[in-house]
Amino acid sequence: MNPILRATGITRRYGERIGCADIGFDLYPGEVMGIVGESGSGKSTLLNCLAGQLTPDAGSILFDSAQQGVCDLLTLSEMQRRTLARTELAFVHQNPRDGLRMSVSAGGNVGERLMGVGARHYANIREQALSWLERVEIPADRIDDRPSQFSGGMQQRLQIARNLVTGPRLVFMDEPTGGLDVSVQARLLDLLRGLVRQMGLSAIVVTHDLAVVRLLADRILVMKDGQVIEAGLTDQVLDDPHHAYTQLLVASVLQA
Amino acid sequence: MTAMLKISGVSKSFTLHNQAGVKIPVMSEAHLSVSAGECIALVGPSGAGKSTLMRMAYGNYLVDAGEIWVGDVCLSSASPRDILMLRRQTLGYVSQFLRVVPRVPTTEVVAEPLLALGVEREVAHERAITLLKALNIPQRLWSLSPMTFSGGEQQRVNIARGFIHTYPVLLLDEPTASLDAENRAVVLSLIEQARARGAAILGIFHDEAAREQVCTGEIDVSQFL
Repeated sequence: MNPILRATGITRRYGERIGCADIGFDLYPGEVMGIVGESGSGKSTLLNCLAGQLTPDAGSILFDSAQQGVCDLLTLSEMQRRTLARTELAFVHQNPRDGLRMSVSAGGNVGERLMGVGARHYANIREQALSWLERVEIPADRIDDRPSQFSGGMQQRLQIARNLVTGPRLVFMDEPTGGLDVSVQARLLDLLRGLVRQMGLSAIVVTHDLAVVRLLADRILVMKDGQVIEAGLTDQVLDDPHHAYTQLLVASVLQA
Repeated sequence: MTAMLKISGVSKSFTLHNQAGVKIPVMSEAHLSVSAGECIALVGPSGAGKSTLMRMAYGNYLVDAGEIWVGDVCLSSASPRDILMLRRQTLGYVSQFLRVVPRVPTTEVVAEPLLALGVEREVAHERAITLLKALNIPQRLWSLSPMTFSGGEQQRVNIARGFIHTYPVLLLDEPTASLDAENRAVVLSLIEQARARGAAILGIFHDEAAREQVCTGEIDVSQFL
């Protein structure tokens, strides 16, 4: 099996400071990879470079596209990149406001992604939007409400529906459960796990929450000062950490 | 007989970087092998490294030296992806503690290993229910999350999850520890059935009578220190 994403030598500097340095990994279809580290460790810089929100200074990101074959996301034309971003890639932001259109109805938010890939039949679009709202547990009678009238947890679920409706193959997630109540977090995690398995998604999840990464990710990268200092199977890295910083991270988690 | 699980020359120590870099040696030159149809008990005083050895055999701890083979895969040098595949198909583990996503119903927790293998939902759930019944988990609890269950109930959910797929290699960490006599007998018979179908089993049993009943051999881990 070929990797769906192969990153090599990803480097991004902010002036003199290092955002992330010389990072490489392979991600295989159906795999969920977590990136952990404290704020400032470079995990969001890396995610944004991978997802095309930030241009790295060096490196290559080979994506095995279903439509275009293996292509380097960093050298694609703007149009090809946008097509991929609408179809095969998706990005779930920490703050749902960054991933939703707040002045458009919930149904419209989901429908817009579908129209972006060429859907035109109104009844079909509405039907698919409804079925996705149901999958993410948003009541059907809220379809015409705007996300601004939703709770934080509902907004996050709507953002997930909007991203997954077009059946992407690789999803980037930045702290998908950050800022939510624990009770809402648990439900969202279960939803994400189910969707990843049903749709055979590959995903890269950035989080500082080790409990989230343990439940969601198959393997993890631990970052500090822009470098990957430890990597491996999630439970192995968390239960038998070798690097001093990873040991500190794991030992610092409060027991509920 | 071919060994399904083979541990050779395995050494392990822990370095605690944040506690003055203390290095704690746990074992050196550990070796054992378990063939199909065998059930080998790890024995030795607590702290001898029984659980550490089990965790290394599951890929949960890294080895410092030596090799661990499961079937024809070298687990100790396999990639995360290969270890996950091995765990899905070949290598089952019943730990002492249940770790699950909050709010997921018990039937789903138990059925999950089969669902991950692509078994149909209905078949997986039916098998889960058969096991829950056999292990005397009352029907009114099936749709609830096991997180609120008693210790003994959680352990039985863990056992159901570990026995739902016919893993060729099974690791059992104190499977009868907090069970009453009736459920203990059920678990022992599950172990005997697994052995009879040809599973290679490595376990920790503090319960001596249980060990006598189901194990075909024992290995004293303290010799590896």
